[in-house]
Amino acid sequence: MSDDQSLLSRRNALKCMAYGGAGTLFALSGGVFTPINLAMAAGDKQGAAKLGKPLFVQISDTHIGFNKEANPDVNGTLTQTIDIVNGMSAQPALIIHTGDITHLSKPAEFDLAQQLFTRLRTTEMHTVPGEHDTTDATVTEYFNRFGKASNNKGYYSFDHEGVHFVGLINVLQFKPGGLGTLGEEQLAWVAADLKGRSASTPIVVFAHMPLWTIYEPWGWGTGDADQLMSQLRRFGSVTVLNGHIHQIVQKVEGNMTFHTARSTSYPQPAAGVGSGPGPLKVPADQLAAMLGITSVSVVKHPSSLALNDTALA
Amino acid sequence: MVILAAMEVYLPSAAETSDTKIVVKDFMFKPTPVTVKAGATVTWTNMDDEPHTVVSDTGVFKSGGMDTNESFSFKFDKPGTYHFTCSIHPRMVGTIVVQ
Repeated sequence: MSDDQSLLSRRNALKCMAYGGAGTLFALSGGVFTPINLAMAAGDKQGAAKLGKPLFVQISDTHIGFNKEANPDVNGTLTQTIDIVNGMSAQPALIIHTGDITHLSKPAEFDLAQQLFTRLRTTEMHTVPGEHDTTDATVTEYFNRFGKASNNKGYYSFDHEGVHFVGLINVLQFKPGGLGTLGEEQLAWVAADLKGRSASTPIVVFAHMPLWTIYEPWGWGTGDADQLMSQLRRFGSVTVLNGHIHQIVQKVEGNMTFHTARSTSYPQPAAGVGSGPGPLKVPADQLAAMLGITSVSVVKHPSSLALNDTALA
Repeated sequence: MVILAAMEVYLPSAAETSDTKIVVKDFMFKPTPVTVKAGATVTWTNMDDEPHTVVSDTGVFKSGGMDTNESFSFKFDKPGTYHFTCSIHPRMVGTIVVQ
């Protein structure tokens, strides 16, 4: 936190509360990714434009099918998020969905999610599955719809505007009592995928579960992520994105920026608060703020990018 | 790998058809461990707002995602020790001992 560098005044922060579920906008700025608040982008288009051309929007944890008290209208908050993205002055080229598209991996939930996604003006969407997307007995519902990019493996890479994107799956090879797992096969694939790439290539890695350990007792981490990080460390700009925990947690380590996205569906408790990482019930008039408030301040020199979380209340 | 000829049944609610019940609540299986006789049916019922699954460590049984108040049952015909996990929250573990 560095309050003096915050881009958002309290007035602007309060304005952001008007927006509900929101993704995170990433703008390519001097070769470094700058997460800024999507609500801010919608409410302050000039400010967002100054940060550079939007490259992609990350949406996460839409949990279509969830209908409990914590948010009885996840379709509505996803729709609201899509409206915000569609209302941006410059449309992002890509959408990245970091998993838990559905709540229970049901065909009808996937179908409804896909139907809602068709409203996005940006049509190119890249996905990775969350553990909620892979609970069907045969683990086929997700892959039947989104498996093509990865040849049904769940991991794949692509390039866009000079940036190398790597989508990874860490929700299948769970270990009892443990964290998410990438597995030897996937790690070997990453090594081959990155081999020969220039260290100046900006890298974006995205997965559902955090690729660093945020809170082990709740499984908020990936057990073999260190083997991935050792492969990424030589690159000058690495952005590691995930969802899963329904709240912003971020850190910067050398050239690597780690950032978890908020959910568009419902908040979860902070690490270790309560019995487990389930839906957090908040008063209805506070829900939008739990889904939508993030402030990020940016120091001008790219190497001293600062990411801040600001609480409104 | 243990291969069992066993029944796998989804029940819409905690129906009174099983010998042993395990409640899934507050991100825990209760009780665990559980000891049953061969041929017994065990029913897990999710009482959390969050979905859970029941997945045998050796692949003997696997539920789908159980939403609130949904149940999964499995009939244990063969004696042995069966460890299971929630695949959504792998820290949730339990054990069935079949005598």
